[in-house]
Amino acid sequence: MSRQAQAATASHRLAPSGAVMIAALKAAGIRFVAALPDIVTSDGLLWPISRDSHFRLVRLCKEDEGVSVCAAMSYNGTRSVLLMQQTGLMDSLNAVRAIAMDYQLPVVMLVGMQGKEDDVPAAQSAVYGVRIVPPILDVMGIGWSEIESDRDCRVMTDTINDAFAESRPHVFLIGRTPGPP
Amino acid sequence: MRRDAVLESLRHAVGPDDIVVAVYQTLFDWMAICPRDLNYVATGAMGQASSHGLGLALANPERRVLVLDGDGSLLMNLGSLATVADAAPGNFLHMVFVNGTYEVNGAHPTPAAGRMDFAAAARAAGYARAARWRRLAEFRDQHAEFMAGQGPALAELAIEPGRSYPHDYRYIHSPEARDRFRRALNSKAAMPAEGKPGTDR
Repeated sequence: MSRQAQAATASHRLAPSGAVMIAALKAAGIRFVAALPDIVTSDGLLWPISRDSHFRLVRLCKEDEGVSVCAAMSYNGTRSVLLMQQTGLMDSLNAVRAIAMDYQLPVVMLVGMQGKEDDVPAAQSAVYGVRIVPPILDVMGIGWSEIESDRDCRVMTDTINDAFAESRPHVFLIGRTPGPP
Repeated sequence: MRRDAVLESLRHAVGPDDIVVAVYQTLFDWMAICPRDLNYVATGAMGQASSHGLGLALANPERRVLVLDGDGSLLMNLGSLATVADAAPGNFLHMVFVNGTYEVNGAHPTPAAGRMDFAAAARAAGYARAARWRRLAEFRDQHAEFMAGQGPALAELAIEPGRSYPHDYRYIHSPEARDRFRRALNSKAAMPAEGKPGTDR
């Protein structure tokens, strides 16, 4: 393997940087973050976001509140994201079904995949609560993508822009703990 | 208090630029009593009215947002009282129509019917104000002051069915309803002048 290829592989295996993800959110015009704490994204995303004056953080008691908050904000073009763990996504499926899918609203979700193994696609995880998430999203017709490295983060801004332009939800499955900025 | 009588009173307190989020029978009655483009009818899932209202209030700080919730609905999302209080939108007004039943789902009793004190819960969560009304005359005399004050504020209204209007579920879930609200919200002609109620705290 060439040095370049080795470097590329090593880079791919590095955890995504929280700073890169936050920059991608800012580049997509995100101003509000509705969130429940999730141990996967706590240090790399939620704590930095909570200290960043660019964002207004809405602390939730339950994840389905965030589906409604983000959907309602979108009516005047205000851009927000919902940050949570996959358990919260599972708990919110009826709200996602009704509000994001039936109503065709741009609810963008950042989902920490608690329990997922590094470098294993979520659908192939040995953990039942992890591997069921992608097929459930597929059955619901919800677009999703996996964030495993900084390379994956490069498309976040465009993906968020597309979700708002086309008024549809999107789920980012964050499969590795983002490094703190 | 008859619900239709309460809504008849409220229609005179709602301004042209206010957003009204309502649910279930209160929504159907409100749509008939006070049809307007800034009625937000598409809450999608039971219990979510207060959360939609919070999103609208934060994204539209120049407008007043009035949520007409139900007791069964709010019980399903009681944590939203804490969420709303924490976000503290000054333009958020929350009215809970309490009849102790899941009215459009067979009229089964709600848990803690007759005991649950929503005003106390809101106050404990950190709402700026909370009130309870059981008599229509007092509501008619006092609700304007409630509507004019700082949010987040919650009013608990003990109601009984009045005239009930048809359940137009097709409309409230339709793209037409959402487009109508979106057009009104983003119409420059409808934008309120500066200085009206609703500054974000």
